[in-house]
Amino acid sequence: MSTTDTVPHSRTSTAFDEELIPRYTFGERVNHWFGAVTYIYLLMTGLAFWSPYLFWMAAVVGGGPTARFMHPWFGLLFTASLFWTFKEWRRDMQMDDDDRKWAHEIEAYINNEDEKLPPVGRFNWGQKLFFWGMLFSIILLLLSGVALWYTEALPWSLRYLRYAAVLVHASVALITIGLFLIHVYMSTILEEGSFGSMVHGNVTRAWAWTFHRKWYYQVTGRSQPKQ
Amino acid sequence: MSQASTEIVRISGHAGTVPGAGMNREFQVCKLVDTTTCIGCKACEVACLEWNGYTFTETTFDNTYQTMPETAWNYWNLIKFNEHEREDGSMMLLMRKDQCMHCEEPGCLEACPADAAIVQYANGIVDFQEAHCIGCGYCVTGCPFNIPKFSPEAHKVFKCTLCNDRVSVGLEPACIKACPTGCLHFGTKSEMKELAQTRADQLRDVSGFADAGVYDPPGVGGTHVIYVLHDAKNPQLYGGLPKDPHIPYSVWLWKKPLKWLGNLAMIGGIVGLALHYLRVGPKKEEPISPEDRRPS
Repeated sequence: MSTTDTVPHSRTSTAFDEELIPRYTFGERVNHWFGAVTYIYLLMTGLAFWSPYLFWMAAVVGGGPTARFMHPWFGLLFTASLFWTFKEWRRDMQMDDDDRKWAHEIEAYINNEDEKLPPVGRFNWGQKLFFWGMLFSIILLLLSGVALWYTEALPWSLRYLRYAAVLVHASVALITIGLFLIHVYMSTILEEGSFGSMVHGNVTRAWAWTFHRKWYYQVTGRSQPKQ
Repeated sequence: MSQASTEIVRISGHAGTVPGAGMNREFQVCKLVDTTTCIGCKACEVACLEWNGYTFTETTFDNTYQTMPETAWNYWNLIKFNEHEREDGSMMLLMRKDQCMHCEEPGCLEACPADAAIVQYANGIVDFQEAHCIGCGYCVTGCPFNIPKFSPEAHKVFKCTLCNDRVSVGLEPACIKACPTGCLHFGTKSEMKELAQTRADQLRDVSGFADAGVYDPPGVGGTHVIYVLHDAKNPQLYGGLPKDPHIPYSVWLWKKPLKWLGNLAMIGGIVGLALHYLRVGPKKEEPISPEDRRPS
């Protein structure tokens, strides 16, 4: 790729910058939206069970008893989606020294001074945190969820499992809501180009160069210019 | 007494004010179970099934006279048996009628997320409205007495209603009606407390049960089913009656501090993200630097 990846004189620099690079495969996109739909179902039914003021959310997805019946099954579907993501992305999600440096300078990222940050691979430190946060959360939600799914199967002598489960399930769900809110905010309105990349799968060269420079060099086969 | 059960004090999972609150003067009902005069005949078990329309199902033999190990979704009233050897070597056959205690501070209601699935009436009865029950089982977690039972067929939870349907038309509960020894009494809370205390005093002063007393546990704000026990210091001898029942701490943590912290964090998070956008705006891609446009 490196031999052909040059700028012909006939092309303007803008056209070069706006060339598309594939970022997410069809499978990755399908899995993402499958996970998104199942998570939103879990969020709505879970919030319905969380607060009386949000119980109307259960009505939107088919009523209280239906929500209670379906919530655990959607939990399994969401878990499957996350586990598949783990299988596909676990190498891309390993933290390296650049990530740790990046995390140190997160203030610059928050203030949109991305040029001050160390170069980023396919995913940045925040995305990796989101991924591992969701993965560990779903494991805890699954374990506590089983105790809540078949509450009546637990004998009285094991009631402390129920006591732990209600607390763990709600606490961890809140953590995922925090992660989810940040994820949705950043990928829809904060970082322009992100949302589209999860729909049609592509990003522009400039986008990749700006936000994921190491990845840009890697997928285009270009070498990083000497500083 | 009858109108008192048309007035609602609390409704589970309900946003806003309670309809009809404060309509009537307070008039609390109470069931008194005198374990010292119970003979374990189980007439109350049968009367409960009869009145509530359940058929007698197979029983489980566990080497005692007990019908089954614990109450079931379609078996709300169970005499619990315990052979207890006292310090002097003598045996006592302890019998206690187990059913919903109708707590003043019901853990089931506290835990329930479904609007109006659990209702506490002004007369003290805590009743499940199965039409509104979503079958989540949180009430099972909230109850310190192991009373609400999930029906796998109905996907809903059932328990003793204290014969709310009978009480609301001025009748006593079916179990009371059937008791042949008079160990079961029904009346106002204050009357039953007084009667129970009189009996406990008698047991203490005349019958030689130094630790006789009344079981009306303060940890759940008192109950609308109270017991007279020969040994009020060891209620767990009576088929596992908890010594100091209260709403489980984790249920309290979950429904009170965690709920407020969680709501605050969720709203704060949304507001925070909105403010972030207003302050720093979107992240836009930058033009690629000239040295990175050069052929590599």
